[in-house]
Amino acid sequence: MILLRGLLAQLVVVAATFGFAGAAMAQDYERPSITFDQGVIEPMPIAVPTFIDEGGAGEYAAAISGVVTSDLEGTGFFRTIPEEAQISKITSFDGGIAFEDWKAINAQVLITGAVSMSGDRITVKFRAYDVFNGQVLEGAALQFAGTPDSWRRMAHKVSDVIYSKITGEGGYFDSRVVFVSEAGPKDKRLKRLAVMDYDGANVAYLTDSSTIVLAPRFSPQGDRILYTSYETGFPQITLLDVGSLARQTLDAQDGTMTFAPRFSPDGGSAVFSLERGGNSDIYLLSLSSGQLTQLTNAPSIETAPSFSPDGSQITFESDRTGVPQVYVMPASGGEGTRISGGEGRYSTPVWSPRGDYIAFTKQNAGRFHIGVMRADGTEERLLTASFLDEGPTWAPNGRVLMFTRETSGGEGQASLWSVDITGRNLKEIPTDGPASDPAWSPLLP
Amino acid sequence: MSIVGKSLLFIAVLGLAACNNPDRYGAGGAGGAGGAGGIDTTGLGDPSNPTSIAYFNQTVGDRVLFEVDQSTLTAEARTVLAAQAQWMMQNPGYAAIIEGHADEQGTREYNLALGARRAAAVQNFLISQGIAANRLRTISYGKERPLAICSEESCYAKNRRAVTVLSAGAGA
Repeated sequence: MILLRGLLAQLVVVAATFGFAGAAMAQDYERPSITFDQGVIEPMPIAVPTFIDEGGAGEYAAAISGVVTSDLEGTGFFRTIPEEAQISKITSFDGGIAFEDWKAINAQVLITGAVSMSGDRITVKFRAYDVFNGQVLEGAALQFAGTPDSWRRMAHKVSDVIYSKITGEGGYFDSRVVFVSEAGPKDKRLKRLAVMDYDGANVAYLTDSSTIVLAPRFSPQGDRILYTSYETGFPQITLLDVGSLARQTLDAQDGTMTFAPRFSPDGGSAVFSLERGGNSDIYLLSLSSGQLTQLTNAPSIETAPSFSPDGSQITFESDRTGVPQVYVMPASGGEGTRISGGEGRYSTPVWSPRGDYIAFTKQNAGRFHIGVMRADGTEERLLTASFLDEGPTWAPNGRVLMFTRETSGGEGQASLWSVDITGRNLKEIPTDGPASDPAWSPLLP
Repeated sequence: MSIVGKSLLFIAVLGLAACNNPDRYGAGGAGGAGGAGGIDTTGLGDPSNPTSIAYFNQTVGDRVLFEVDQSTLTAEARTVLAAQAQWMMQNPGYAAIIEGHADEQGTREYNLALGARRAAAVQNFLISQGIAANRLRTISYGKERPLAICSEESCYAKNRRAVTVLSAGAGA
């Protein structure tokens, strides 16, 4: 339970805004912004001087500004100007700022912050300035307070606000990722569920590795996890409460296998595959009443269902044409309409939380790809290519994907990677050991 | 005999009827929350004894292989399975769990479904040969438990398999 403190750490957002009377508003002025879909971009130079310790904060001040720097740089959209290149020092959070000094080093945005600790409560406040006009970016002056063990969450919240103001997209830093932590050789691999911050920090283990566990998924509230477990001896979907770690096998019907579960957008149901006599179809299970509804009825494999965010449709994969392809059907079930059209095999469709794209795994000519397409199958875009990439999951803002990449051969290992939906900023997520099957939580409250 | 054939001599075969945990790949009795209670251990016996599990595994043949993406039984597979059925008819004290597996060329979910399809193809064939359905169960491991670990067709071909794992004291 101690391990989970990071996840459950109480964090109070005090929406105190620090109105800052800066220089007079310049007209005809373009504020600092980044558009997600623009072509090749030069990262925006920003300055994040070490946050000020306003009393008792100790190492937290530097640690928090460090996480903010890492969050923003990690997007590939920002480049922080090193402290040694900075001319001015920020010595007081409310003191005057020599904007000329920040202009001189070409910082477009200056982020100042202060941290204080009182009793068992840590307070973080920050402002993000448009250096050119000396104004605080609208809404980018806030204060967060919480217990000291939530310090990383507070840093992520600072980053989320700044990222959001500059890109116009939602944030995604204050989020968690549930995944499968792996150990051992390929033919005797041990697997256990783990959860971490989106950047790989604060790992906590949710199960032991006494049985195979696969493909965990967060509930829309982030409080529960659905996954496939061999705990009963046979693959069965299992529901885990993140707070208590209590778990229950769902719908264990003798002679069947259940797998590939996901929550409905309201969190009240699970959609998954149920296999009977070798045939897999998609079913919906009410988590409150236990009522089971069959949604597809075909002799082919129907699996990997994922709801549209409005709950009206479900995308899934089926091999009814001979190879897996992606389909969309009404949430009430049916045959569905095929949306994938290219060469190769299309699997694991996942609807973006924004509803604008469906991410998928594509296998073609001996390579695997992570890609996105519109819900009607148009605008297909492959973002990655490797020996084995699979199982994309969406960041809460619907602009970044995380997935499993596995290397080939007897020594092959799985790791977690992320990439923007533009194909930019492909990078590995640091984990203690091999890892697979990531699933992003919603943005934490 | 393959490496696996040898290793089978040392692992416990888990019971079907008395036991609700056939996951012989789990850590089993390692003390986790793995539901490992009720495991039956069945001696493999002497491979020269035609009624032993060791004889079934090695001489009759405990596994059949599949083509890429396929769950259709080849002529060779049918010959092996016919012999398995005959053995099970002559040794009614045994039940079996049929494990379906896939190679690593495919997503986790699809391979689970494919492994189930392969296990069911074997189960259906054995039933068609007269084996009582209540002596047979299936389980899919998808691509989770490859036998051969290289990333080449020579290994993939061994991994696209269904294995009939016997246990004593169930069924008939």
